[in-house]
Amino acid sequence: MIAILDFGVGNLASIHNMLKKIGVPSVITTDPEVARKAEKLILPGVGNFDYCMQKFTSSGLVDTVEDVVLNQKKPILGICVGCQMMMEESEEGVNKGLGWIKGKVARFKPELASEGIKVPHMNWTDITARPGVKLYDKIEYPRFYFVHSYHLVCDEESEVSATSFYGYSFAASVEKQNIYGVQFHPEKSHKYGMQLLRNFYML
Amino acid sequence: MIHNNGLVKSEQFRNYRYVGDPINAVRIFNEKEVDELALIDISATKEKRAPNVARIKEIAGEAFMPLSYGGGITDIRQVADILTAGVEKVIINKAIYARPGLLTEIAKNFGSQSAVASIDVKKNWLGKYRVFIDNGTRAIQEDVVAYAKKCEQAGAGEVLLNSIDRDGTFQGYDSELIEKVSTQLSIPVIACGGAAGMDDFRNAVLAGKASAVAAGSFFVFQRPHKAVLISYPSQKELEEKFYSVV
Repeated sequence: MIAILDFGVGNLASIHNMLKKIGVPSVITTDPEVARKAEKLILPGVGNFDYCMQKFTSSGLVDTVEDVVLNQKKPILGICVGCQMMMEESEEGVNKGLGWIKGKVARFKPELASEGIKVPHMNWTDITARPGVKLYDKIEYPRFYFVHSYHLVCDEESEVSATSFYGYSFAASVEKQNIYGVQFHPEKSHKYGMQLLRNFYML
Repeated sequence: MIHNNGLVKSEQFRNYRYVGDPINAVRIFNEKEVDELALIDISATKEKRAPNVARIKEIAGEAFMPLSYGGGITDIRQVADILTAGVEKVIINKAIYARPGLLTEIAKNFGSQSAVASIDVKKNWLGKYRVFIDNGTRAIQEDVVAYAKKCEQAGAGEVLLNSIDRDGTFQGYDSELIEKVSTQLSIPVIACGGAAGMDDFRNAVLAGKASAVAAGSFFVFQRPHKAVLISYPSQKELEEKFYSVV
């Protein structure tokens, strides 16, 4: 059973329906006890970093989730802002992130781009996965739908599990032991997203 | 296009034929790996109805690709509700004309990338391209390019350019129209109306200079008898015959 954490942010129905479509049992929950009993967790997030962090910290879920993730080492998948929340901080806001992964979240900087880029990055984009990353198993030409103005900047290169290109190379996903985060939206990336979620479930 | 809760497809913005249930269609489009879906409630404005956010949320929950919604949007609060419901972009048509300022408000609050300006065009008896509103029934005495430019200045992130004359006819896109508009705007133009095959997609981009192509009848009717059949080219076909050559 995968618990999709509901702290009042994001369109959770798409994630739930996609999991249902691939035959993976999941539940959308606000209840820490349900989160504790789940095999794996999904941390969604859409919109503003500070807003998402505030909603999460006031949801009553944080303590349980941190225990499950950091102590029990159960797998968790952060999606979009959910993934950004796992970093230490973001240029988008003033709130601290969860700090599970060392690094920060930075705004796309058109002045650093090799060609003109419009912010936000809102498009289907190819990604290049590091070889052996199980999350991208069986996905021949991985491409996913991105919608973001900010991207991850990891301190540890080894924790970047895939990169993408938008004006310049940036981290498309991260992985540190049982903690996984994807900047893109698997639930908006039809067959690619489905295989990725299937892979996450099979970990 | 949704009309009375059913999915329909038109010919030159008339003769709406029932195609099926929107949710079923979305599920089929999921299977077909469609890149992006635009859901337009064509009766909302006429019937003075506000967008049905609950229904939109239901449909958005079933869509495994990015979704845009249009139909009856008159107010920024509706836009907020629609975007929260799991829709990436809103499509504004009548309101561009009837509520100037709304496009700008959307761009300011949610960003231009969430605002698509939908412009319906028909040639008048003099052969000039004119903008129409109200499902193609009312002409606005304005030049298409000037109108499109106003949309760009107001904050639209993209323009969805619909040829009423070509709609549902399978006669190919109106590349002359597309090129006229695309070359004058710096925002992307999505060509719509008349697609019958890959050649048309290529044409819209190469000759028309469109940034993207949209189609309705091509994906829901099977010729020669226009039987209802929801289809979509495979990623391989798109790659070979379209993406790699434009």
